[in-house]
Amino acid sequence: MDKIVITTPLSDEVIMNLRIGQQVLINGTIFTGRDAAHKRMVELIKEGKPLPVDFSGQIIYYVGPTPARPGKVIGAAGPTTAGRMDAYTPLMLDQGLKGMIGKGKRSPEVMEAIKKNKAVYFAGVGGAAALISKCIKKAKVIAYPELGPEAIYQLEVEEFPAIVVNDAYGGDLYQEGTKIYAVE
Amino acid sequence: MLLENARISKEENIPMCQDTGFAVVFIELGQDVHVEDGDLNEAVTEGVRRGYKEGYLRKSIVSHPLERVNTGDNTPCVIHTTIVPGDNIKITIAPKGGGSENMSALKMLKPADGIEGVKEFVKKTVKEAGPNPCPPLVVGVGIGGTMEKAAIMAKEALLREVGSENPQEELISLEQELLDNINKLGIGPQGLGGKVTALAVHVKTFAAHIASLPVAVNINCHAARHKTVVL
Repeated sequence: MDKIVITTPLSDEVIMNLRIGQQVLINGTIFTGRDAAHKRMVELIKEGKPLPVDFSGQIIYYVGPTPARPGKVIGAAGPTTAGRMDAYTPLMLDQGLKGMIGKGKRSPEVMEAIKKNKAVYFAGVGGAAALISKCIKKAKVIAYPELGPEAIYQLEVEEFPAIVVNDAYGGDLYQEGTKIYAVE
Repeated sequence: MLLENARISKEENIPMCQDTGFAVVFIELGQDVHVEDGDLNEAVTEGVRRGYKEGYLRKSIVSHPLERVNTGDNTPCVIHTTIVPGDNIKITIAPKGGGSENMSALKMLKPADGIEGVKEFVKKTVKEAGPNPCPPLVVGVGIGGTMEKAAIMAKEALLREVGSENPQEELISLEQELLDNINKLGIGPQGLGGKVTALAVHVKTFAAHIASLPVAVNINCHAARHKTVVL
């Protein structure tokens, strides 16, 4: 299957064209965020306060990179387990967030929220952190620097490889893929 | 893709995974060794502190499990010390990633559950982990002992070289059977479906109480990182 090149921000039209198993190459700006940043942002949402980033149409990459060596853009930067963000994700999607990159399965509530909000969940290649870091051309911390690896970074990416795991139609690649190979 | 990742990691001196782990340190302290001028645990902790700074590794430790403030230097570390005969200190460091550690599990089975209960629990734990711990996996299993003994054995089992035979001959066929059962789950690399969900299963056993059959399953991704030095 050919890889689809997509550029952020993501429109509904682009998202509705994505189906589970589709490989994509992502270009443009994406934002990082993991456990601690999500916790803070959801507290802000609940208090009715603005988020540090306008996530409309944007992608959050669940990652906590290693520090950049001198002269490098970033260190190793592979996806972390997305399920830990499940408790926060439906509220983030309601803020206009359109895409997430992580690894591992999502809860039924998140899959439902993905469908409802016309969003998409991609898996990055778990354990390919050095390779992925080559796709990151710029990186800067834009919120919560005190969280260290859990700060929110703004990244400029080129041909960031990912695969559609949960699409806006309610599909789940993990369930479908495992079904094909399971014995018994 | 993972091989290409390993190549880039080696050539550019960049970690193969961003999760450079909780530093788990196994110390085998020879009983004839006398450590002078300081605290051995402090020295090991300082080594971790420097290693993570100078190696540009990620600082992944929070000082309190509920308050969750990053310590900024990846300390403290987890140190397991055993006293052994001899006059050496053998130190093994095994940085453990959180994603795979989170999918690990322990269960106190009933003796009546027997070997079938053990097989079922190992399979169930890997199935529930699914794509989360970055399969293909290396799975460490500790059977017997007490609750904490089973857990430590499961972690120690991960230190054995992948592809090496279990020194306890009677466990070789059990390891193969557990591996075959896991690979029938169909989870596959990255959890996207496939025939290889685990690369190896390593088992350690210990005596058990007449009432107990503890089983611990420690899950590791394909990168079972560890390094040993002898002083």
